[in-house]
Amino acid sequence: MPKLTIDGIEIEVEPGTSILQACEQLGIEIPRFCYHERLSVPANCRMCLVEMERAPKPVASCAMPCGDGMVVRTNSETVLKARKGVMEFLLINHPLDCPICDQGGECDLQDQAMAYGFDRGRYGENKRAVEDKYMGPVIKTIMTRCIHCTRCIRFINEVAGVPDVGAVYRGEHMEITTFVEKAIGSELSGNLADVCPVGALTHKPYAFTARPWELRKTETIDVLDAVGSNIRVDARGAEVMRVLPRVNDDINEEWLNDKSRYSYDGLKRQRLDRPYIRQNGKLVPASWAEAFAAIAAKMKGVPGNRIAAIAGDLIDVEAQFALKELLTRLGSANLDCRQDGARFDTSARAGYLFNSGIAGIEKADVILLVGTNPRWEGTLVNARIRKRYLAGGVTIAAIGEQRDLTYPHSVIGSGPETLQQLIDGSHPFAETLRAAKNPLMIVGMGAFQRPDGLAVQAAARQVGEMYGMVRDDWNGFNVLHTAAARVGGIEAGFVPGEGGRDLQGILEGAATGEIDVVYLLGADEIDTAKLGNAFVVYQGHHGDAGAHRADVILPGAAYTEKNAVYVNTEGRPQLARLAVFPPGEAREDWKIVRALSEALGATLSFDTQTQLRQRLMAANPIFAAVGQMTPAAWAPFGAQGPVDAAPFVTPITNFYMTDPISRASVTMANCTEALVGPAQERTGTHG
Amino acid sequence: MSAPASDHGHVEPTSFTFTPENLELAKRIIAKYPAGKQASACMPLLDVAQRQHGGWLPRVAMDAVADLLGMPRIRVYEVATFYTMYNKNPVGRHHIQVCTTTPCWLRGSDEIVHACKNKLGIGVGETTADGQFTLGEVECSGACVNAPVVQIGDDYYEDVAPEHIDGLIEALKRGETPKPGSQIGRRSSEPVGGPTTLKDFTTAQADD
Repeated sequence: MPKLTIDGIEIEVEPGTSILQACEQLGIEIPRFCYHERLSVPANCRMCLVEMERAPKPVASCAMPCGDGMVVRTNSETVLKARKGVMEFLLINHPLDCPICDQGGECDLQDQAMAYGFDRGRYGENKRAVEDKYMGPVIKTIMTRCIHCTRCIRFINEVAGVPDVGAVYRGEHMEITTFVEKAIGSELSGNLADVCPVGALTHKPYAFTARPWELRKTETIDVLDAVGSNIRVDARGAEVMRVLPRVNDDINEEWLNDKSRYSYDGLKRQRLDRPYIRQNGKLVPASWAEAFAAIAAKMKGVPGNRIAAIAGDLIDVEAQFALKELLTRLGSANLDCRQDGARFDTSARAGYLFNSGIAGIEKADVILLVGTNPRWEGTLVNARIRKRYLAGGVTIAAIGEQRDLTYPHSVIGSGPETLQQLIDGSHPFAETLRAAKNPLMIVGMGAFQRPDGLAVQAAARQVGEMYGMVRDDWNGFNVLHTAAARVGGIEAGFVPGEGGRDLQGILEGAATGEIDVVYLLGADEIDTAKLGNAFVVYQGHHGDAGAHRADVILPGAAYTEKNAVYVNTEGRPQLARLAVFPPGEAREDWKIVRALSEALGATLSFDTQTQLRQRLMAANPIFAAVGQMTPAAWAPFGAQGPVDAAPFVTPITNFYMTDPISRASVTMANCTEALVGPAQERTGTHG
Repeated sequence: MSAPASDHGHVEPTSFTFTPENLELAKRIIAKYPAGKQASACMPLLDVAQRQHGGWLPRVAMDAVADLLGMPRIRVYEVATFYTMYNKNPVGRHHIQVCTTTPCWLRGSDEIVHACKNKLGIGVGETTADGQFTLGEVECSGACVNAPVVQIGDDYYEDVAPEHIDGLIEALKRGETPKPGSQIGRRSSEPVGGPTTLKDFTTAQADD
């Protein structure tokens, strides 16, 4: 362990630590542009120069590993002079357009120029100007501002794994571009604007809309996939202006996918801001009291077994729990939160959770993907697998469709029979699995959204047990969900009760007239045509498929508009926080259910969210451990049975439009047009 | 120098395939590098492609090299735009490159450029209407001892004086290849006017 002295303070660091990192450990701030802790180190901006004894000139601290006995000074006259020199060079070609730059106020160059900038320019020549480049629907470029730190190139190559960005020409003529003038084909492209230390790459949808200091920042979580990325919602007044990632090393590190980041404009469109009642085939605006009265009138005397509820993909735990309590009081066990029709056993937690944790992927040495396209179903899970691949020494295989996952992998089969072959040991991949130390399996919804889902789940469990994926110190059996509501719904018990109908049963019952009332809690991805003549109550925040079919609409709150618990695919409860108020008369979802229960004469026994959460924790203690993963005990799950030979099909056909919010978003429509449309035509899977 | 290729209004071809001989050559070049390090063959392959395609590299040729080596296309594009000896715009049959870096400039390269312009009736970076000649200025060609230097195709013409230009270009026009090397009869990089030391040590002895 090298021991060195920085500014007179002795510090002992891990071998391989750079001087810059050692300085950070001491709380000494070193200015930098090109260095980023999650990317490789090119040492090309020269801003982090420090003075080192016995070195002839200042050294770049980001690339200089600590050595024993080094004496480093970060605040000497020489250092200041060197940094001022570097800054002056950087500013030679940088335009002085901070007042009209979207990075203004949160710009590394602006901030550091305050410390190291000269108060006037000495450069009398013409500044260079660079043509702006097209980088797709979400990244805006003003390339004259670029200082060539190459963070964007390294991010897109290393983290995103889509080598579309590069530096062409050289010297003064160097330019950052895509090849050639094409949209960046990555679901993580929004992070380019985050890593850019200046205003060269900015967020196109955010352009010229707000200044960072006028925004109200709310730390919350994302619900557009089941990863549960930590985000910060920046709002001004009643409007969400942008969404940024927050650091959480267990989940999203510091990245965010484009859907979660840019579909916020969907929060302003197609919103349900008042209750509606269908009269003579038309939806007519109504008051809350009228809407409740209409529901109460219809449900009066309807026996419990003729009432059903389906929960959608974006619903929080509280609302699902409240609705489940209400249905229980009404005598119904017909409820299902798996609106996508996935069939899997919910009796054992280990059977439906991402047991290893997302960070656990980094410990695996063999990864088997079953019926999943993690690039679209959990973009940051995929980024983690790629990170594991870059670390080396991992074998990745997939059962399912051939997809570009940004890392090399072999497709070893297409359907459940490959799992069977792994169980009887006849598949060549069995050898690889047997030799693995920490084998890991990720089962996607493509494996469960089929009639034989339970048998597939049992087969996957058998594979896991046979090949040592489940041990006391390691659980590599993982389920990757596609919806943020799913795990929370299951944990809250929003699954068919004793003798209750599941999704299939509810839809069949509605079609045959055995179900009279269907309560859609934000469920839009079901086939509403199958609801027959049932009386449909839709509670949600967007006028999407469910609202079109509804007889009564109760306007709810979107995830940015309520304090709520969501559980991600790892089984980790996290808190979403209110950033803006719901529009118009819309209300938080659990409150709507609570109010409706009174109108139906089945008043629920909680009046505040605290009381509700206490009930929730009493029902299932995992909700008490906010932000934590509660390890799931291994128990038998699934049902042995014959499997269908049909291949696994990934459930998501368009990454950019999976839920009511992203479907209402113009930015996501642009992304679909630029990135998914042409790709589908190319591969021939269009339509 | 390595400035972004200004638009000369040229038409990019839509496809490029290596000829069987060049593909064979490419494979021999790739085989020189260890498995997994094929990207090292990028520069010689770009050269092969440029020679095949009349002295310039269209984008499809870069793509062909990228696909052959399993590299991302942008990586090859980066290499091709970095080096000035890959021509991103069409050039004439004879690419005349006059070195204008300091040693050649001190020895009169300005007059050489001027003579070329007069003779061909084109400016630097332009191609004659018949597509025969392209005139270019380059930075140090690495033959400063014999300055000024003009590179035509693969050959260096050294100790060039403005009055040599006419003859060189006329010969090229006739389809001949003028004798490369020193134009004033100097042998190699010997002092002008013959050796000044070791006079007894003749080149005949050296050859023994």
